[in-house]
Amino acid sequence: MYVLGIETSCDETAVAIYHSEQGLINHNLHSQVDMHSEYGGVVPELASRDHIRKLAPLIKQLMQESRLSSADINGIAYTAGPGLMGALLVGATTARSLAWAWKIPAVAVHHMEGHLLAPMLEENPPEFPFVALLISGGHTLLIQVKGIGRYQLLGESLDDAAGEAFDKTAKMLGLGYPGGPKLSALAEHGTPQIKFPRPMTDRPGLDFSFSGLKTFTLNTFNASKKTEQDQADIAAGFQQAVAETLSIKCKRALQQTGLKRLVVAGGVSANKQIRAALTEMTAKEQAQIYFPRLEFCTDNGAMIAYAGCQRLMAGQQQGLEIFARPRWPISELSQTTD
Amino acid sequence: MKLLAVETSTEACSAALIIDGVVSERFELAPKEHTRLILPMIDELMSAAGLKPQQLDALAFSCGPGSFTGVRIATAVIQGIALGADLPIVPVSTLAAIAQDFFDKNNDKPLRESLKIAPTNCNLAFTAMDARMGEIFWGVYQRNEQGFAELIGKESVTTAVDVEFPDLIGAGVGSGWGVYHDELMARLAGRVSYCEIDNLPRAGAIAILGAQGFKQGLAVTVEQAMPVYLRDKVAKKESER
Repeated sequence: MYVLGIETSCDETAVAIYHSEQGLINHNLHSQVDMHSEYGGVVPELASRDHIRKLAPLIKQLMQESRLSSADINGIAYTAGPGLMGALLVGATTARSLAWAWKIPAVAVHHMEGHLLAPMLEENPPEFPFVALLISGGHTLLIQVKGIGRYQLLGESLDDAAGEAFDKTAKMLGLGYPGGPKLSALAEHGTPQIKFPRPMTDRPGLDFSFSGLKTFTLNTFNASKKTEQDQADIAAGFQQAVAETLSIKCKRALQQTGLKRLVVAGGVSANKQIRAALTEMTAKEQAQIYFPRLEFCTDNGAMIAYAGCQRLMAGQQQGLEIFARPRWPISELSQTTD
Repeated sequence: MKLLAVETSTEACSAALIIDGVVSERFELAPKEHTRLILPMIDELMSAAGLKPQQLDALAFSCGPGSFTGVRIATAVIQGIALGADLPIVPVSTLAAIAQDFFDKNNDKPLRESLKIAPTNCNLAFTAMDARMGEIFWGVYQRNEQGFAELIGKESVTTAVDVEFPDLIGAGVGSGWGVYHDELMARLAGRVSYCEIDNLPRAGAIAILGAQGFKQGLAVTVEQAMPVYLRDKVAKKESER
């Protein structure tokens, strides 16, 4: 079964074709990061305007490059949420209408399900069940994954998402937008001079909170001489605190569930120090760790095509309603409560 | 000539099929229900006509101005179908559709007489849609000899007191006249003696204008079929703050 996947939930326009036996056939992406950086953050209306400019040409190009004809495609998967309403609507409407014209089924995919299944596109995919840590600009989630569509939320951020904390902290340090990757690059030149807090690790539970850490970082920066070295040291202290906090919570999640497999996905999972800390922790715990390849850590069409293919094969599909849901808790995907 | 048209740029949602000049239309006043309604409407029209999308000659959509999200829904529906069935697309102005509908309705003589409208008022429409933020979307349309709405000058997003217009007599048409009646009447100083404010764009008019545009060679490819927002500045860059 060939499935076309379409993703437009935030600031990347992405498409891909996945085959149920042959795996990923092809994928294509246009990033809006440069456009939004001039505005200091994602401007939702501009994101929607760019998606509608880019999506149809990307689909056309993907079909041509893949040497597939319309008759080959058996289904279309689109990101229905969570995300920006206007942005989601472009992908959902185009996808649903194209599926109507092709007389093939369409299925709505949860963006975070796409992320947590992204390691399935790799050569050595994890087996179920596993614990998944999803860390991106919009989410910080710990999920127990029992199978496709069987997700139990273990913990989440009570305030800022991990990626949001990175971007906001970078902005406070004067690194511009999107500052997360810049902050990480700067951190490599620094050494933490003081101990930053590890939020919510001194009490039981698997929830996160990053806004206090952000404030601590700002206060530390304001109290410093604000030299380049201070900046780098503070970036290093912040990043180390995030990495360790994530690591402590993931260890707890593995112990609590008794599972030995950890999947880490989402844009922030591209962060080297976070990868290193989590890899070290899983080695000590004698657990396996799985990451998507770097290009599939961030938003992409491949993960949507993959997740959609699984759902279509399980017999799911949407009617003619164009489905978009900006707020969509992942826990609502589970049909079973086991 | 077979053409499918969609219109979702206001609180109304509609689809229409024109086959050799005969229009069939589905229309509903349904704020925020466009995504639920539009494809079933299209599916019904096509099934009733026994048509597959591949049997159409072209598509048309209301490309704006209007609600940004609404205009993008129409654009994305038409792009999706055009990609799927390899069809050319005729973008049609929302304001033109409103004017066309007005012309078609009021050039029906008995109806015009019952509404007591002078014939001179029925061939020119000072068309205005409420654009929020104290502005209107504005376009002056004239009914040409073949009966089609034709733009005079340019469309714009403007405050009511600053609208530009030719020195002609006509009717005030569209929601903008409901919100800024006094300002527009003062600005147009005696050129307007008849107003309609409940006019919503309809896919039937988009289909009529789309079919005409197709004959004139105005169809474009899917990559070129884009929304026309008129309000192009929606955020300030950091360097502009």
